[in-house]
Amino acid sequence: MKLAVCVKAVPDAASGRRIDPATNRLGRGGDLVLSDFDLHPVEEALRLREAAGEGEVVVVTLGPENAADALRKTLAMGADRVVRVTDDAFAGADLTVTARALAGALRRESADLVLFGQQSADGDGACLWAAVAELLQTPVISQVSELSVADGAVTGRRQTEYGYERIKAPLPAVVAVSDSINEPRYPSLKGIMGAKSKPHDVLSAADVGGAGEARTTVTALAAPPSRGERRIVEDDGTAAEQIVGFLEEKRLLG
Amino acid sequence: MRALVFLEHHGGAITKPSLGILAKAAALGGDTAAVLTGSGVRDLAAEAGRHGAATVFVADDERLAAPLPQPRVDALAALVRDQSFDVVLFAQSVLSSDVAAELAVRLDAGLNWDLVDLVVENGEPVGKRPALADSVWVDVGWTSAPRLAVFRSGVFDPLVTEGSAAVEELTLSLEDHSLRTELVEPAVDASSGPSIEDADVVVAGGRGLGAAEKFELVEQLAAALGGAVGATRAVVDSGWIAYPAQVGQTGKTVAPKLYVAVGISGAIQHKVGMQGSGVIVAINKDPHAPIFDYADLGVVGDLHEIVPRLTELVRQRKGA
Repeated sequence: MKLAVCVKAVPDAASGRRIDPATNRLGRGGDLVLSDFDLHPVEEALRLREAAGEGEVVVVTLGPENAADALRKTLAMGADRVVRVTDDAFAGADLTVTARALAGALRRESADLVLFGQQSADGDGACLWAAVAELLQTPVISQVSELSVADGAVTGRRQTEYGYERIKAPLPAVVAVSDSINEPRYPSLKGIMGAKSKPHDVLSAADVGGAGEARTTVTALAAPPSRGERRIVEDDGTAAEQIVGFLEEKRLLG
Repeated sequence: MRALVFLEHHGGAITKPSLGILAKAAALGGDTAAVLTGSGVRDLAAEAGRHGAATVFVADDERLAAPLPQPRVDALAALVRDQSFDVVLFAQSVLSSDVAAELAVRLDAGLNWDLVDLVVENGEPVGKRPALADSVWVDVGWTSAPRLAVFRSGVFDPLVTEGSAAVEELTLSLEDHSLRTELVEPAVDASSGPSIEDADVVVAGGRGLGAAEKFELVEQLAAALGGAVGATRAVVDSGWIAYPAQVGQTGKTVAPKLYVAVGISGAIQHKVGMQGSGVIVAINKDPHAPIFDYADLGVVGDLHEIVPRLTELVRQRKGA
């Protein structure tokens, strides 16, 4: 079984995520880390490969040159190979451009199952998988908190606004998993050492069928509306009393 | 501006967030069209008319019975191409987000998501979007029509206009891959008792409680305050409490007078479900938890110490 996992290297939240006012784009020049949400589909792919006793896990991404270090973590966890689409033509890529780049790279792989995390950590997008599935003309199941593969089909437990559903689709298929589906493993020392010699292929825009044109723009930035005064206290043993005082002040204990 | 609103429905009714988008579309001016897709949904067109739709396109077909995106995309793509709408609007949900994204690539159209408003500036639609954990608001635009927009669930209230809609039936032509996905087990609504959406006080628990049996701390405080119990997705997925209590992106959207967040870090998925609350009190041991950015009172400390004591004090006050 061949498994592909689509991931994203994102600016480290700890060192600050900023939109560059000159371009209105998120700055991606600094340290990049693997999006936490994307550890879960990597883990799930590794478990499926282990359960099958054979197969390959390929990590696919669209990102800049400096994403390489962040992606190595997936190899250290146990993925076999990274395929990175990198081209200046993709700067400012929006949903459809990103989907075409990933679909272009995925077409070269012909994976049985393509996995995504539940959202991007920086853009808050939560629909890229559906766009990729449309381009690959395959079924898609999103928000999956449990999945199984048997007899050439994938079955996922999906959470929607109305509760849990179970959905089944024949392979090849695209599945987006939630961050509660598993606990991602920590890379072992052996895994970290081994990651350095695993293949890390780079594809250009031409390799994936061209970059195309973004259909959306960011035109202005503004400070968010303020919520008013906030109070933060550290518990000195009287926190419960302070909360009750606050609730009385706000007339909420009436 | 010609707007089309995708109406999601569940349990024989159009969802409230979808009707809210209809109100927004009607406020933008011009003829507002809506589209209903499903099996046995024809009768819902009148409800859409009462909420501002001038025309309702209906794709009523057994093959649309399951709440799956792909066959819906086939119906919408044909409709949008035939009628050349300027904007296509969605209320964010698991289904609607998937439909919107697939439609965007099918039509080579721009999609902006997580919008909280749409205005027209110099004749061009401009979307307003909070980004980077709501730390900055960005204006987003489209370079071509149709423009696809997905709004945060519940940002607009429905408006009853008592109008009536012209109904147009759509003929369905489906792609091969659209029918391969199968709903094996539908969602079962296990709600019981009063809905947390109507409660004046909600006390919600998150992963910070540490264990399923600790959820009773939340239940006891909620009982003392006369409120309902809420939870984060992580806690619901772990089986500590049933799904109807879930607040956030794929759960309920609540706006009580008081929201007490216990052991909840307050990631954006949770925030969108409760940020409309009157007063937010948060108890968490991590001083860097995002919830402290938008709580009115944030308490950094051990919830296992604070919550039982708080419950006791509230009981005393209420009893007095």
